[in-house]
This record gives sequence, C-alpha cells and structure tokens, in this order.
Amino acid sequence: MDLSVSPEQVAFRQEVRQWIQNALPAGIKAKAAGGGHFEHEEQMEWHKILYAKGWVAPHWPEEVGGTGWDIGKRHIFGEELVRANTPQLSPFGLMMVGPLLIQFGTPEQKQRFLPKILSGDEVWCQGYSEPNAGSDLASLQLRAEKDGDDYILNGQKTWTTYAQHADWIFLLARTDASGKKQDGITFILADLENTPGITVKPFLTTGGTDAFSETWFQNARVPQSNRVGPEHGGWTMAKALLAHERTGIGGIAESKRWLQLCKRIARETPVGKSTLFDDRSFRERIARLEMRLRSLELLQLRTLAAAQVGRAPGPESSILKLVGTEIQQESTELCMDAMGHDALGWLDSPPDALPAIEQGVASSFNYLRAATIYGGSNEIQRNIIAKQILRLPTA
Amino acid sequence: MNFDLSEEQQILVDSVAKFVQNDSPVERFRKLRDTERGWDPTTWARLGEFGWLGVAFPEEHGGFGGRFVDLALILEQLGRGLVAEPLIPSVVLAGGLLSKLGSEAQIERFLSPMIEGRTSLALAYGERQSRYTVNDCQTRAEKRGAGWALSGDKTWVLNGHAADQILVLARTSGDSLDANGLSLFLVDGDAEGLERIRVPGMDGQRSALLRLRGVEVGADRLLGEEGRALPHVEWALDRAAAAACAEGQGEIQELFDRTVAYLKQRSQFGVPIGSFQALQHRAADMYAETELCRSTMILAAIAADYEDTEKRQSEISAAKLQLSRGGWFVQENAIQLFGGIGVTDEQDEGLFFKRLRVLQGLFGDADWHVTRYQGLRGFGAED
Repeated sequence: MDLSVSPEQVAFRQEVRQWIQNALPAGIKAKAAGGGHFEHEEQMEWHKILYAKGWVAPHWPEEVGGTGWDIGKRHIFGEELVRANTPQLSPFGLMMVGPLLIQFGTPEQKQRFLPKILSGDEVWCQGYSEPNAGSDLASLQLRAEKDGDDYILNGQKTWTTYAQHADWIFLLARTDASGKKQDGITFILADLENTPGITVKPFLTTGGTDAFSETWFQNARVPQSNRVGPEHGGWTMAKALLAHERTGIGGIAESKRWLQLCKRIARETPVGKSTLFDDRSFRERIARLEMRLRSLELLQLRTLAAAQVGRAPGPESSILKLVGTEIQQESTELCMDAMGHDALGWLDSPPDALPAIEQGVASSFNYLRAATIYGGSNEIQRNIIAKQILRLPTA
Repeated sequence: MNFDLSEEQQILVDSVAKFVQNDSPVERFRKLRDTERGWDPTTWARLGEFGWLGVAFPEEHGGFGGRFVDLALILEQLGRGLVAEPLIPSVVLAGGLLSKLGSEAQIERFLSPMIEGRTSLALAYGERQSRYTVNDCQTRAEKRGAGWALSGDKTWVLNGHAADQILVLARTSGDSLDANGLSLFLVDGDAEGLERIRVPGMDGQRSALLRLRGVEVGADRLLGEEGRALPHVEWALDRAAAAACAEGQGEIQELFDRTVAYLKQRSQFGVPIGSFQALQHRAADMYAETELCRSTMILAAIAADYEDTEKRQSEISAAKLQLSRGGWFVQENAIQLFGGIGVTDEQDEGLFFKRLRVLQGLFGDADWHVTRYQGLRGFGAED
C-alpha cells in the first residue's frame, strides 16, 4: 500500500499544468475562466490538441495509443484538467466503444476504428435504449436481419446522446427473438453519415439544450464485419461496455468542477458586508460534499488500481455510478443555492442580470437530473449490486 | 499509487484475523464487559508478545518501525471481534505521544514495557466543559520544588481506570482556552492525590473520571517542552481518529456481512427476505457505504504519518465524517434489517452498533470535523 507522492509525480504535475496553460486556445481559456459551458466544436478542438500531444486516451493500453501512465499519473492528469476547467471530451469513443473494441474487437476492427477515435476524426454515439426498452434494456426490438454479408436494421433508438454530432453509432440489435431475450442480441457498429435509411432527430431536454436524439433505422444496411463479439453475444458486450462507462459516469471530475464553481460563486456573492463564502453554515455544506467526494475519489482509485489497463472493471463500478451521480446532482443543487435569486435566470439571461460564471448552472442542474437515470438507472445499479455482488436471492 | 497489501501486511492481517476467530470471538468480549477492568491483562501481554502493540513504533523504542497503516490493519481485524484491550488509548494516544516527545529515559521506562504488553497507558485531555476543544483546559500544574503539583478534573479518560501511567494535559501558564501554556505530565495510576472513578460506557468498555488534587510529580515527569503540548496532542488525536476509522471498519464490515447473511437465511411470506427489492436496495446502499468507509479508512491511516498538518487533517477529517455518515447508515440499517431481534442484547449486532456509535463520537464527531475542514487553508484557497 503506497500513496506517497514521488518527486517524479510532482514534476509531472508541473509539466502537465504548464502544458495545459500553453496549449489551451485563447477562446477556450476565456470560457473556462468564465465558468465553462462548451459547445461540441470546442470539445473537438481540445480533443485534437490532446491527441496531437498523445494525451487523449491515458487509460488505453500504450500499444493502441495510450500514454503508459500508471494510475497515479492518470489521476494527476485528470486533476489538472479539472483545475484548468478544460472542455470535457465526448465519452462515447474514448471511454466506451474504444475500450470495448480493445477488449473484444477483431484486429481489423481495432485497425479501422481505434485510430480515428483517438484522432477525433470520427465521433461516436450510443444506440442502446428504445422507447419500450429503458431499464429493461434486454427487451429491445430494433431488428438486425442477415442479408448476404450485411445486416438490415429496422427500428428506433432513443436517448442517443449527441447523435447529431456523431459519425458512428454503436448499437444493440435483436438478431433472435425465439429464446431468452438476453441471448438474441448483437452488438453492431453503424456509419451514421453514410448509411441510407438512418434518421437522427434531436430533441430538447429540460436543460434547454438538445443533448438527446431519437434515431430511426429504416432498412439500413450495415456489413456483418461491423459486428463486435459473436452473433447473439451482444448482451455480454453491453455489460462489459457499461462497466467501462460506469467508471467514468460517476462524474467525479465533473463534481469537482461544480464544487470549484460553487466556491467561486459564493466568493463573488455579497451578503451584507461580507460574502456567502464567509458564511460558515454554507461553507460547511460545501465541505460536507467535498469530503464525501473525496471518499468516492479514493474508491475510484481503488477500482482503477484493481482493474488492469484495458480490462473491464467488475460490478463494483456500480458504486461509482450510484454515489457519483448523487454527488453530481447535489453539487449542482449547491451551486443553485449559492446563486440565490440569480437561480431565477436561464441560459439566455443577459450578463448584466446573470453573471457569466452562473450562466450554465440552471441548465446543468436540470439536465443532470438525468444522471441518476442514464447509464442504467441508480435503481438498476442497486439491483446489479444485490444480485452480482451480494448474491441475494431473486424473488 | 498502490492499494494492495504487501506480502508482510497480508500475513499480519491473516494472523490477526485468526487470533480473533480462535481466541477472541465476540463471546470473549461479552464476558469481559461484566468485569471491573473490562479487558484482560493476559491477552494484552499476548498482543505484546505477538509484536502487535509495537508495529508503528521505531525500532529504537522497542517497536518494529512499521507505519501507522500496519497498526490500522490490526485494529480493523480486532474490531471484527470487538477486542476490548486498550490499543487506541495506550498505543495510539499515550504511546504515540511518548514516542514522539519522550526523553530516552522516559521511553525506556514507560513506553517499552507497554509495547511488550506488561503495562498500559492512557491520555487524559478532556474535561467536563471542553467537548472537543483540547485547549479548553482548566487542570493546572504548578511548580512545587523541582517538580510540579497537578490539580483538576479529567473526564472520559479511555483506559484511565486501569492504566499504569496516565499522560495528563495541564495548564502551566496562561488562561483556559489559550493555545500556549499546555504541558503533558506522566502521572502514575496509583499516585497520591489521584482519585480514579471507573465509568462504564455504552459500548461495554470503561473509561475514568479523574480527580487530581495536588498530585505531585518530579521534573522528570514533564513530557516534551513545557507549555508547548497542544499541537502534539492534536496530532495524537488525529491519529486516534484514524485509528477509530480503522477499528470501526472492522465493525462496519462485520455488521454488513452479518446482515447480508441474515437476508439470505431469514424467511417471511415463504421466501428469504433478501429477495425483496426494498431490502436488496438497502443492502446495496450499505455495500456502497461500507466500501466508501474502507477507502477513506485506508487514506486516513496513510495520512496519519503525513508531516504536513493541513494534508493530514484534511484526509482524516474526511474519513471521520465518512465513519459517522456511512458507518451510521450501515449500522442503523443492519439493526432495521435484523428486525426485532436486532435490538436484543443477546444478538451481537447491538454490540457492534454501540461500539461504532462510541467511535463516531470520539476524537471529534462529524460536525466537528466538517467545521475544522472548512477552516483549512486548502478549502478556501483560490486555485
């Protein structure tokens, strides 16, 4: 057991901090200083800068483009990104389908897809949920029928986050409806841009942004070589990918940003002759959440340290999702509380009425109600823990 | 960054676990809680023989030069059997201060026998009015001849009823609440003018109310520098908080494991109650809290050796909060899920519940640690 900080790590932190300051484009830097609500284009701009430096996927194995850093360095890197409030990268390629391909993809698939996930030339989205398959994901109905060397896809996906920005979608399709529902599902990659018969329609969330889309497939033809894992073996893929997703979905870095912002808002909010940050009862609310986040951060480090690079973490990652999303919500709730009457405002309130650093808070506060729902609702996470870890009997 | 136990640590953990299983199951504690002393000197001596009382002390003090985390691993296993021998008061608090501040002669005379399990120690810092404010100290030590005379009352002195020597915090100058002017004195348990009133605790362990009425000690009984004891006592209390998290982890884990086993075994409505989703979800949340406690417990044990005060306090306070918040969630739900029998004295779960609640209130409770945390430089720093 060793958590000590080596001189090498101190130097590394310095190097990263310096590099971020130099590498952040002026426009992004200004936004980061102002609270930071980034558009897709800005995310990708930063993605490409990190890629050029070779730092876009520190959690990937070195031979496919990772950095070869140990958990300690990865953690320092993550902390420095939070500190500088840089744009957060789209997780669907880097955090989800990428690691899955590394784990289960054919050599051709790795060759074809991984480099473009790294470079950001291809942006991904996720096609899991359907209108009638939410928490009961295995009841999904989008059909994939074999035709020559292809699959023909018919059906609808929903909650396809930022599909309007994506070039590719990874999806779960029904290839067999005869047996147990989990046994007839296949994991397929589809080219959103160049496949006729796929329609993407974004819709507004309560956060006021079009974070989600509905995606329709009408006789969309996809080569069978785009299948990951065995036919009808998609459920195993789905579970492995969810485990990858859950380690990041806890949003620990995001929660740190929210707490950082919350302190800033409190410092800049006058209360009589002092500020909200001088109010001990409010400081203690922030402190409690920060201390809880620290507990979770340590748990995440334990989970990451236990899992080999590139290998899927186990069901323990459900805790990260469960507790992490609760903290994420609480931290935005705290920002709203810090804003007081400014919490009346909205994305388009003029800056004279609503300070720039508070501009995105109400939107995220609303949008992040989804955090305890997406990625397997927190109730589903509890089911997973009860069954897979505690081995409690089924009813 | 590495969370794995080393080979030596694994061997240590296994041997303590085996000791608890074979020689110190909860039944032993049940017998001890009815005795005056509340713990067993023969077992204490064995712990000394095993070397467990000395793991965190330097070799030149008769210890094994290990780190605090090794002691934490021992405490965790002992917690699983509610082992009542006074490791926290004797080894962590008084022992820690002796090792840190003691002269060669003091260490040889008072620390080494304790490490061998031949004597036990205590630290008397709290007073009726002080709550968690250590410098709120009204006990005074006045110069008498070459030595000192101590007068005042000390409360909730863990192991104070049985200790061979007690480190007494007393004011040698200044007013009560001053940070400066506090000194530590080594007082014999049977010193003239010292009255020790045994106080039974909720957890079945004992502490003492001490009345010092002109207790005379020689100049050689001053521990460390005169008037400068406060930061050292706070350091020791931080380590004790980390130790409470470690021992508490054993009790939390035990309560959690027992609850999950009971959910599988107990039937109602013709099925095991663990098949009910309402209870499954509660068990899942208990699992999450247990693991969060484990994470911060490890961190606190490592931080206990940090030289940087601010960093040490920040990590230990986070852990102590989690012990109170997450630990409480586990213990209250354990009792709830056991149902009526969970509140019977016959069932062990209540014993774990009570010990945990005592640990949560020792060395700063949740509110105290939150208040301290928000006052740390790092919390308010604009970075």
